[in-house]
Amino acid sequence: MLLRLHRIDKFYPTGEGPLHVLHGIDLSLEAGKSLALTGESGSGKSTLLHLVAGLDSPDAGEIHLGGTNIVGLNDTALAALRRRTVGLVFQQFNLIPSLNVAANLAFQARLAGRPDPVWLKVLAERLGLAKVLTRYPEQLSTGQQQRVAIGRTLAARPRLVLADEPTGNLDEATGDAVLDLMLSLVAETGAALLMVTHSNRLANRLNARVHLHAGRLA
Amino acid sequence: MVWTGLTALLSHWRRRPVQLAMLLLGLSLATALWSAIQAINGEARASYDRAAAILGQDRIAQLVREDGARIDQQVFVRLRRAGWLVSPVIEGEMRFGDVRLRVLGIDPLTLPPQAQQVDVAAGDELLPFITAPGVLYAAPETAARLTEQATPPVRVAEGLPPGTVLTDIGQAQVLLGAKDKISRLLLWPDQPIGRPPLKVTVPGLTVREPSETGDLARLTDSFHLNLTAFGFLAFAVGLFIVHSAIGLAFEQRRQVFRTLRALGLPTRVLVLLLIAELLIFALLAGLVGVALGYVVASALLPDVAATLRGLYGADVPGTLSIRPAVWAAGLAIAVIGTLVAAAQSLWRLWHLPLLAPAQPRAWARASERALRAQGVTAMVLLLAAAGIAQFGSGLEAGFALLAVLLLGAALALPLVLTGILHLGDRLARGPLAEWFWADTRQQLPGLSLALMALLLALAANVGVSTMVSSFRLTFIGWLDQRLASELYVTARTEAEATAIHDWLVQRSDAVLPIWSIEGRVAGQPAAIYGVADHATYRDNWPILSAVPEVWDRIAKGEGALINEQLARRQGLGLGDQITLPGGWRASIVGVYADYGNPIGQVIIGIDTLVRHYPDVSRLRYAIRIAPGKAEALARGLRAEFGLPAQNVIDQAGIKVFSLEVFERTFNVTAALNVLTLGVAGLAMFASLMTLSGMRLPQLAPVWAMGLTRRHLAWLELSRGLLLAALTMLAAVPVGIALAFVLLAVVNVEAFGWRLPMYLFPGDWARLAALALLAAGLAAVVPAWRLARLSPSDLLKVFAHER
Amino acid sequence: MSVRALLIYLCLAAPAFGQGFAGLGTEADGFSVPQPGTAFNFPADHGPHPGYRIEWWYLTANLQAADGADYGVQWTLFRSALAPVERSGWSSPQLWMGHAGLTTQAHQFVAERLARGGIGQAGVTAAPFAAWIDNWQMAGRALPEADALSALDLRAAGQAFSYELALDAKGPLVPQGVQGYSVKSEKGQASYYYSQPFYHVTGTLTLPAGVIAVTGQAWLDHEWSSQPLAEDQTGWDWFSLHFDSGEKMMGFRLRDGGAGFTSATWIKADGRPQPQAPGALRVTPLETAAVAGRSVPIRWRVQLPEKGVDVTIRTLNPEAWMDTRFPYWEGPIRFEGTHAGRGYLEMTGYE
Repeated sequence: MLLRLHRIDKFYPTGEGPLHVLHGIDLSLEAGKSLALTGESGSGKSTLLHLVAGLDSPDAGEIHLGGTNIVGLNDTALAALRRRTVGLVFQQFNLIPSLNVAANLAFQARLAGRPDPVWLKVLAERLGLAKVLTRYPEQLSTGQQQRVAIGRTLAARPRLVLADEPTGNLDEATGDAVLDLMLSLVAETGAALLMVTHSNRLANRLNARVHLHAGRLA
Repeated sequence: MVWTGLTALLSHWRRRPVQLAMLLLGLSLATALWSAIQAINGEARASYDRAAAILGQDRIAQLVREDGARIDQQVFVRLRRAGWLVSPVIEGEMRFGDVRLRVLGIDPLTLPPQAQQVDVAAGDELLPFITAPGVLYAAPETAARLTEQATPPVRVAEGLPPGTVLTDIGQAQVLLGAKDKISRLLLWPDQPIGRPPLKVTVPGLTVREPSETGDLARLTDSFHLNLTAFGFLAFAVGLFIVHSAIGLAFEQRRQVFRTLRALGLPTRVLVLLLIAELLIFALLAGLVGVALGYVVASALLPDVAATLRGLYGADVPGTLSIRPAVWAAGLAIAVIGTLVAAAQSLWRLWHLPLLAPAQPRAWARASERALRAQGVTAMVLLLAAAGIAQFGSGLEAGFALLAVLLLGAALALPLVLTGILHLGDRLARGPLAEWFWADTRQQLPGLSLALMALLLALAANVGVSTMVSSFRLTFIGWLDQRLASELYVTARTEAEATAIHDWLVQRSDAVLPIWSIEGRVAGQPAAIYGVADHATYRDNWPILSAVPEVWDRIAKGEGALINEQLARRQGLGLGDQITLPGGWRASIVGVYADYGNPIGQVIIGIDTLVRHYPDVSRLRYAIRIAPGKAEALARGLRAEFGLPAQNVIDQAGIKVFSLEVFERTFNVTAALNVLTLGVAGLAMFASLMTLSGMRLPQLAPVWAMGLTRRHLAWLELSRGLLLAALTMLAAVPVGIALAFVLLAVVNVEAFGWRLPMYLFPGDWARLAALALLAAGLAAVVPAWRLARLSPSDLLKVFAHER
Repeated sequence: MSVRALLIYLCLAAPAFGQGFAGLGTEADGFSVPQPGTAFNFPADHGPHPGYRIEWWYLTANLQAADGADYGVQWTLFRSALAPVERSGWSSPQLWMGHAGLTTQAHQFVAERLARGGIGQAGVTAAPFAAWIDNWQMAGRALPEADALSALDLRAAGQAFSYELALDAKGPLVPQGVQGYSVKSEKGQASYYYSQPFYHVTGTLTLPAGVIAVTGQAWLDHEWSSQPLAEDQTGWDWFSLHFDSGEKMMGFRLRDGGAGFTSATWIKADGRPQPQAPGALRVTPLETAAVAGRSVPIRWRVQLPEKGVDVTIRTLNPEAWMDTRFPYWEGPIRFEGTHAGRGYLEMTGYE
């Protein structure tokens, strides 16, 4: 099992006391499989994704990633995890504005210590970015930007891809095309995919889906 | 609606007290430095005006001798007996203990009402005033300085210039050793009818018309211009802080602005509300700044006063009086500065589309085109600087040159830094390094104002310290040459002087007279010295240019040496003729360096001096003796003649005194330098704080991709240090150019001497360390905050709804 | 004429340089005090007496132009000693003040000068007689055997006027009081005092309108003392009258809180003085005018029953105000009644 969550609880401090965002979540995902995480706004699905990515830590429970419980790891270990094991695709793309497309694409792979020019070239071709490699993110369309973000993530060959509404900022046609690309590329790399979406239509295209409601799995 | 709008706008600051503090601090500091300098200048000018107005000189004409020499007292009686209403004045410098004063002797009975400064005859005061030992009237400060000294009774009188004592003409003649002599005659504005013409009655005298500004105001003009330039620089640097703080606040409140407008608040009202908000801040910070300025000015004024006294003989009080005009101007400049700093933001707000997408980074991002335009402007300014350097002349041109040079350099800085960062990018290996360089370049527009401020401060520092150090080196060398004799003695009477001379001839290697008269040469006040024909002068005198066998010619009475400032101011050179007091002419055979002396100086042979001025006071001698025996001789001299300690001074004593004057001259400059650097550091801090708020969207993805917050924080800190270091590098050539302008243009105009430039890389290293320290301090807080940021704050970047 | 003592004392010792009246009426510390029975010693006594606190040479002239127009001229040199010594140079404690006045029917011209003794700007020498301050002077040109004051050249100039007069005495010097010892009050204050009231004058006046030749008569007082007035005296009215008959009269009233004090000297045409008893003279203001913001009498009834004098005095120019450091009224007068003639009036202390 690549990913296993065990009784995850998460609170957020608010003005009216702690808000219980996640209630005893249990979840698992095998390598090479894809799982859709659906739910309404505020159901806690992004939070769950962030916990898995090692961006935040739960208040209770365990997260086993590739056999290691990442809960309680220090900052450096978590950073190494993010660098080497997981890849993140955000709704806002979150490209690095100061780097051009080529550098953005290569960035995480190089951070992870796995630069692979051949694979990068393939990715650029497949993502239709070969002609815009010298451009800067702000000069791209939103669809192109998200393709760069996906390419950047996959270039490092993470074992787990985490996507948070990856097509949420795109129109439906572009979104579908980008999603198709992402799914096929993830499948090719053999990575597992955990994708947060509020769209049933998109969720149905993944191997499995779980629904989060008010912090509990339905 | 208005009130609601204003509270909505102001609520922003409650949530961001640091930002508010930064805005107020920047504005206060800028105002403080500006007001401080204005206050100092105002104080000095007021005291020049007082000096110029003393005895009504600014309102009534005077009769003087063309050559500035003293006039026989009988001339006064002759004029009065001929029907001319005139009043005699005698004026001179003298020492009471270690306090040097200008003594002004008046005749209260004939003094024109316009010239009456002090009621010296109130009550029963007239008799003690006119009979020995007399009474000295002095300003409170001057009187306080005299409490320890043996003087005639001192009475306090407001309104007298500092460093001046007013006394009866008869007493003044005794004090100054000028029996039956007067310096000038005040001419009553209303004269009786039937007077013979002045030319017939007193052929040797000319009328000097009343003058609003005295010699002092003219002489010290450049000094004050210097200070003003510094004040302006400091203010400009301060405004950088204000600009960035306001820009940030506007950017952060875009959402609020849009909401307010969507809720029906007209743009005009919104802009007016923001202006009102800014005015509140400006007034608040202005008040604080003005108060702070008073403190700074009070702290600096004693040094300024000492400088002006040492360098120009101008007496300025060491304490500050409250001048409402100066402080009102301080408030006004705070308000104007705020509005100028906010103009860009307000302009953008005016043109803000109602539904523009939120783009926090837009503020920090300047387009390539803007950068190019800035580069072109910088080039134009630097070319203009070159043009002024080539074709301009005069002090104004010197300062204009400084202004365009500094501004051009500042504007060129972002361009230069962009180039360097591109280069760094190209040379970088590894993704993080590449990202670091690229991201630093990306940051540049948001930081460029602060960096420009830093460049200005650093360049000013390099320039001024180069100038001061060059000056010091030259000055010390010059002192060694100029003060070749081991001892200097001043007798109290001519009889004593003769006795001292005879006594010394047996006991020393040489006794050299230092006798001088004061007068006017080429319309300027000057001193004329006589020198003996002695190796002391032949070997040591700091000659800049001279004809062959110059000392032989001086000894033969053929010609005169003049100091550099006289030569430069009057455009005199070797072979030119000058007219000396008494109307005789001499040809210039040499020019010598004479630093630290505001007035002209002429040197002729001692015999020539005595022949032309038989009345010259013969009280001072320089003594040559083996250095080891100097102290014993000085002791013997004091004991033998009962001379006060300050009448026998050794070479070291004079050097210490001279260097002290020198150091004080540049104390103020140094203090302002440090303050300006501090403000620049603060500007950088404000900018980095500002940017750190906007940096999160750029940093969060990198964090998400596997960097720790600590690592990011270190990178942020290094970025600040890198930019500061690059700016420092850029500042060195600018500073050297600045030093060159100061030494070769401004000093020549301001003081009348030109100095060689020496470079002191050690100073630059120290300054660089200081700059890095300042930048490090400025960068460390945002970096530390980044390192301590909670993940949830970073995660907000990834949240869907923003 | 000790009333003038107050004037000079106030002018020189106090108001010229301040507001204080300190020392007024106090003891003459260190200064000489006039003693009765001291004969004058001429010409030396024409000169200054630095041991006495106050001294003056005071000349008034009633002049007429060819067209009959009346003019008045005043020339006064005051000496005030801050200490009873003379020193050469600026430390001289002897201060000098000159007042010059020229009165026409329509205008009053005034000038004032101050100087210190010891440097030559002002002073008096006895023989040959010369009194000067700046270019104003009263210079003797008497023959050696004659009295030094018997012939004088007089000159003064102000901003808008000047005069040059030649004075020739047609009578002797007249000692006032008892052989020149003039007692001023019951407390014993006194002065040395003599007059030369018999000058015949010719000369020219220079006015903005031009130069005018004049003739007339003049009266010189020379007086010195160390003690000014009693403390309660607020001002005085002083009259010098030249009767057409050739006789002269000097009289004054000292005003105080009470009835005042009058004194007069009748001078016969041959110069013999006849001092009158205190109170014998009666002076009554008849009409006042506003002068320089003050109410000043400009018409007087003057009576000396002893000599059958009962005349009405009117001023030539009511505006004869001496706008000097210590201002007062001084101007020429004409009188009619039992006698007719011209003279001078001085009034001080009107507020």
